Amino acid sequence: MTDYAKPLPRIRPETARFWEGCKTRELRVQRCSSCGAYRFPPQVMCRHCNSIESHWEKVSGKGTVYSFTIPSRTSPGELPAKGFEYPFAVVLVELADAGGVRIPGNLVDCPLEEIKIGMQVEVLFDDVTDAITLPKFRPAGAGAPGE
Amino acid sequence: MTTLSNKCAIAGIGETDYLVNSGRNPLLLALEAIQNAADDAGVHVREIDGIVTSSIDASASDLIIASNLGLPNVGYSSEVTGLGGAACATVAHAAMAVASGMANCVVCFRAFTPFDFIEAAKHNQSTLWARAAGSGEFLRPFGWSAMTDTFAMSCQRHMHEYGTTSRQLGAIAVAARKHASMNPKSIRGEAITLEDHQASPIITHPLRELDCLISANDGACAIIVTSTERAKDLKQRPAKIMAAAQSLSANPALLWEMSPFKPVITESEAAQLAPRLYRMADLTPGDIDVAQLYDCFTYTQLTLIEDYGFCKKGEGGAFVEDGRIEIGGELPMNTHGGHLGEAYIHGFTHILEGVKQMRGTSTAQIDNAETALVASAVPGPTSALILGR
Repeated sequence: MTDYAKPLPRIRPETARFWEGCKTRELRVQRCSSCGAYRFPPQVMCRHCNSIESHWEKVSGKGTVYSFTIPSRTSPGELPAKGFEYPFAVVLVELADAGGVRIPGNLVDCPLEEIKIGMQVEVLFDDVTDAITLPKFRPAGAGAPGE
Repeated sequence: MTTLSNKCAIAGIGETDYLVNSGRNPLLLALEAIQNAADDAGVHVREIDGIVTSSIDASASDLIIASNLGLPNVGYSSEVTGLGGAACATVAHAAMAVASGMANCVVCFRAFTPFDFIEAAKHNQSTLWARAAGSGEFLRPFGWSAMTDTFAMSCQRHMHEYGTTSRQLGAIAVAARKHASMNPKSIRGEAITLEDHQASPIITHPLRELDCLISANDGACAIIVTSTERAKDLKQRPAKIMAAAQSLSANPALLWEMSPFKPVITESEAAQLAPRLYRMADLTPGDIDVAQLYDCFTYTQLTLIEDYGFCKKGEGGAFVEDGRIEIGGELPMNTHGGHLGEAYIHGFTHILEGVKQMRGTSTAQIDNAETALVASAVPGPTSALILGR
């Protein structure tokens, strides 16, 4: 797994619980311990009630595609997406049970031309290195949960 | 209530040539543009007593600029956050400095090279850009790495919600390139057709190559702001600052790249700013004669058209069709060719073009134009001006 060529997350103390969750097959979302609002990306204070008390809550990993892109070639004047073969799909998933919070990921097990906004997806976890597990998504019901 | 409206004016503008990856030194570009702006205004460069730049500028600090120009008495300097969204805000800050008496003759500048983003992050850890780097943790591992990717994500949703089409985006590119073809400074100086746009390759679906800015260019722009009273005695017809406004963000902490995580992704921070802008000028969208709207992508401009109220949310696609935003149309836009056709100097070229329209010196001059709206980048922190003749 040392030959993994794609970028890896640079984990920060405030995001470590998210990535630890992925390793144990749990998709976690930061939630305000005071008012209960979910938030992503992580930040220290709740923008709704200004509490700094928060925790990471396990969610189902089910959701719908809110939007998506298909990076298809190197953007003019920019570097190519490191380690990726064009074209590929990036989805922005609105989680079913996290107050409308969206998280990004790659969509797998789905032909590019079949991706649609609103399609039901579910999370799966990919151990890309010994240290890092990435959440990915696939069409709902496409395989055994959590694999 | 006392407002900033019409108290200050843009008295001078300066620019360098715009070239593709020429390797020119950004500090020299900045100094050249500033000297050109002073000459244009008819003031000596050492009369400059205020400096405003944007937080992403990597050419030089205010200190280096002041030292090289030999400025003897700088009474005001500031650095505006907001990347491409900061452009109009630099003029807003300059006008506030002049109106409050902190300074009399303030220069706003921006030198751009393709190495900017990297250099700015290296040299100034306090910059917005450097702080924003943390967002990459949730994007880069999934190949979400290009600027195009973020705009494509929001554009896809706009298309889904409102039926916006790639051909409609193409009409924005066609208008920009038509105006660029009239402007000898343009890097992309050839006009294109809608068919050219539709035949250009997809970069990040749904955006095509001809939806994208000129990214790998270099050059600089500078703007001299002084009081309207003083500007009347200088060399050029003043472009009065009828209104200036800034918006940090509709949803704090979500910088431009994370904008697809906002509750509503098809509306930008400009929608919060627009009512304040029009109120200061005591104008409505219908009073604007020409608009210079940030266009790093065709979709960016479409968002701004809607958020500044030129049409309803979701109707931007239909609005740009049939030549409405071209010279001769109902509301001509980006008459210099914009970032799609002329050059990419992070929103500053749009301000210069707004000034030229108020002077009557644009290469695509709109007859009797009396008001110009200039809008800087969205999403994320943004700013705008209404200029008057």
